[in-house]
Amino acid sequence: MTDILIHLLLTLLMPPLLLGVIGKTKAAFAGRTGAPFLQPYYDILRLLRKGSVFSDVTTWIFKAGPVITLAATCIAALLIPLGNHPSPVSFTGDMILFAYLFALARFFTMAAALDTGSSFEGMGAAREATFSCLAEPTLFFALIALSRMSNSLSLSTMLNHYSVTDWLRSGASMLLLVGGLFIVLLAENCRIPFDDPNTHLELTMIHEVMVLDHSGPAFGYILYGAALKLFVLQAFFIHIALPLKTGNSLLDWGIFIVSMLILATIIGVVESVMARLRLVRIPQLLVAASILSAFAMLLILR
Amino acid sequence: MDVSAVGMTDPAGLIFTAAALAGLSGLPGLLLRHTVGLGQKIATLALTLSGLLGLSGALTLIIHERTETFTINWTLPFGPCEMAIDPLSALFLLPIFLISACGAVFAVGYWPATHNRATEPKLTFFFGLLSASMALLVTTRNGVLFLMVWEVMALSAYFTLIAEHENREVRKAGIVYLVATHTGTLALFVMFALLRGTTHSFQFPASNSLPAAAFPAAVIFVTALFGFGVKAGLMPFHIWLPAAHANAPSHISAVMSGVMLKMGIYGIIRIISFYHTPPLWWGILLLAAGSVSALLGIIFAITQRDIKRLLACSSIENIGIITIGVGVAVIGQATHNPTLLVLGMAGALLHMLNHSLFKPLLFLGAGTLIHATGTRQIDRMGGLARPMPVTSLFFLTGIVAICGLPPLNGFVSEFLLYLGFFSEARTAAVPYLAMGAPLLALIGGLAVICFVKLYGVAFLGLPRTAEAEKGHEPGWQMLAPMGVLALLCVSAGLLPQVMVNLLRPALFTWAPELAGKYDVIAAVPPLRWLTIAGGGVLLLAGALSVVLRKRLRSAPVAGGGTWGCGYLRPASSMQYTASSFGDTAVNLFGGVIRPRCANPVLPGYFPRPEVFASNVSETLLEQMILPLFRVTGEVFSFLRRLQLGKVHIYMLYIFVTLVLLLIWAY
Repeated sequence: MTDILIHLLLTLLMPPLLLGVIGKTKAAFAGRTGAPFLQPYYDILRLLRKGSVFSDVTTWIFKAGPVITLAATCIAALLIPLGNHPSPVSFTGDMILFAYLFALARFFTMAAALDTGSSFEGMGAAREATFSCLAEPTLFFALIALSRMSNSLSLSTMLNHYSVTDWLRSGASMLLLVGGLFIVLLAENCRIPFDDPNTHLELTMIHEVMVLDHSGPAFGYILYGAALKLFVLQAFFIHIALPLKTGNSLLDWGIFIVSMLILATIIGVVESVMARLRLVRIPQLLVAASILSAFAMLLILR
Repeated sequence: MDVSAVGMTDPAGLIFTAAALAGLSGLPGLLLRHTVGLGQKIATLALTLSGLLGLSGALTLIIHERTETFTINWTLPFGPCEMAIDPLSALFLLPIFLISACGAVFAVGYWPATHNRATEPKLTFFFGLLSASMALLVTTRNGVLFLMVWEVMALSAYFTLIAEHENREVRKAGIVYLVATHTGTLALFVMFALLRGTTHSFQFPASNSLPAAAFPAAVIFVTALFGFGVKAGLMPFHIWLPAAHANAPSHISAVMSGVMLKMGIYGIIRIISFYHTPPLWWGILLLAAGSVSALLGIIFAITQRDIKRLLACSSIENIGIITIGVGVAVIGQATHNPTLLVLGMAGALLHMLNHSLFKPLLFLGAGTLIHATGTRQIDRMGGLARPMPVTSLFFLTGIVAICGLPPLNGFVSEFLLYLGFFSEARTAAVPYLAMGAPLLALIGGLAVICFVKLYGVAFLGLPRTAEAEKGHEPGWQMLAPMGVLALLCVSAGLLPQVMVNLLRPALFTWAPELAGKYDVIAAVPPLRWLTIAGGGVLLLAGALSVVLRKRLRSAPVAGGGTWGCGYLRPASSMQYTASSFGDTAVNLFGGVIRPRCANPVLPGYFPRPEVFASNVSETLLEQMILPLFRVTGEVFSFLRRLQLGKVHIYMLYIFVTLVLLLIWAY
């Protein structure tokens, strides 16, 4: 019961902090003080109080986009186990629902973008659709490998199964999996080198350009949804990359929070030392990620 | 003929009454030509009634898990003619009756007799005949009757398809369809002849009664896959499908795609059910054919700019997914793996039902768009969600369902297939089948590209042309069928248990060896969780939108133009089009699609106006099959001398052939 409560509290409260950590890391690399860690919280609260501007072109789809995206991401957050604790909701095949809830979220973000009739947002939607379609097989290759290794069909047992000994036993395939999934983590959350969440050059962006016309509370939903997605996918990644566990419930929660913050810092470092890729290179990297995790799957299946 | 004691209240009686009612529905219209519209009203009434009777009959049979068998005493020398409705037939009857009724009601608004005096009576007549022939097809158990009904179905589909035969493109699509379907029928003649060689009767053998190892089994399977594959639109036999679906009236496309393609799937499933433990390669062949169809079908769909061609290509994809399921089930049967068998077959049958809900919904929606704007090109639409809010909501339901996204029904059938792949990955010694999961994921991702494009370009943004500005909501006759189908999509998605219970008896019929074990496996897919999660998404979305509305009310809301990044004179022609949306993906798959662009050279500083054109050709049809036919036609041109165009000469030919056969027989 306490674990479920902590799960819900962390899912509700922690996501914006990750954005704050990434921002702070990037600022440190640039030699700036940077915005405070809690800045994303202020941003979201401020947006929720602000007025909105709606383009006359838009219909109800434009408002439904952020709402359904956030709702689907929240339900997906209930399916993912955090740290060494089972998720509140878990059943046979929940990993398929997990993957498809993100697809649902993406569908409505893209529909809302196209609702504005702006060519920039159409461009973003087209890119998002194509790139996410290439990222999808990577996730499923990884899920198959994980399902095979843990002999289970549910995210909770699948992901909590790992321990440091797995790294010692099948390090090569784990390394390949981590490589593939890290690429997907960056691509799905629109981080550098795939997309730059801070740029104002609309031509080069993917996710940000799709939400150009959103404002006020709806944009607050989008910002929080994006943070939540980062949180959920990071939690997924941590299970494989840093499978540290003690058995003590509270200690495990502590380890989970610390490793999430470390991962956010790593993403910040990647964002600081890398440039955005040219758009034509992105599909190549995504296909490479698919092949990496396909290799991992082969190594585990054999 | 004498059908022994079929009562009206008996479920089988209901079904045959419904079929007869559908078959005769168009007859009054042909006779009452002077009273315009009366025939169509009678036909619609008859088909609606037939739909209600047929659905209640089929559902009763499924729920009671009953098989009704009748023997028709005919004088033809093809042995006893048996008709039987087992749960598998009853399951396929559901979409036949449902979609026919929906299509008939839709036609009243879409193809009104007052505006189409010349074509309407014929179209209505053949529509009813098509529906009746499909209903009989799945109930017949005699090879010869099957072929007769098959031919009636193929021809009535042809006559409905060429309703607008004054258009050259329609005639061409019709001819390609006619040739393709008869090539398939030819293969079926071979198949039924071989089957008779095995069983010494035209009667269908019982389930699991034939050994699959014996010689003709392999040939029978391959010819069945070819013959039925042509009808189902499996690649590479899909060549007739896009043009036929695009050029038929929309409610005909809905029936063809939603129901008629499934007759091919029915045939494949039925033929396999005759065999006891089919060999592994049958399953692998089905799986390969299904994967190729699904992947290439959706890639072709992305390139389409004609709304109905796009939907037709996506039918190829969905038929591919169904075939993947059948392949998985056959592999399960061959390797004695009941989990795989159940998940594969349940996925296939459920996807068959689901596709027959959302695809007709989308075709009827496409019809509504064509009705409102007068064009099939999605690049000429745009902004239609504003003048057509109800249509746009129904269409969106179909789009989300066809993308296989939760909480709608398309997700459930893919979920079952995924579970099959994952269970194989978990337990099998060498899980090749596990590769199906990433493939299905890729197909799903491509489907999202294709349908976001369709919905976004047709319904969202600004109207692109003057035609699109004419968009208006249609009458209730067109909205009601779409509403029914959309509602069914939502409820089938939220209550998957009910759907799986419907197809459970059919699964037992297909694999009787499982009858006792199913409950163990039924525990594996925890479908009630899908209800909970789907309901959760909807409830949470509802709550969030209430909060959003409250926030919007408490702070100022302003209107304005879309942010043009500083550009002050945005025009509707600057929006992203269907071609530009698909361009990134099309380039990735350029090797398969081969898009052709005519890039004009623009010399000098002040070049003259030039024309740019890009199109995606149907490589297989245009590069291989048509040239092959041309050569064949030239080689056999000497046979034309027999063709005199005089009916009495042709009757003489028939007489001479009969005499020759008599001589040969003695």
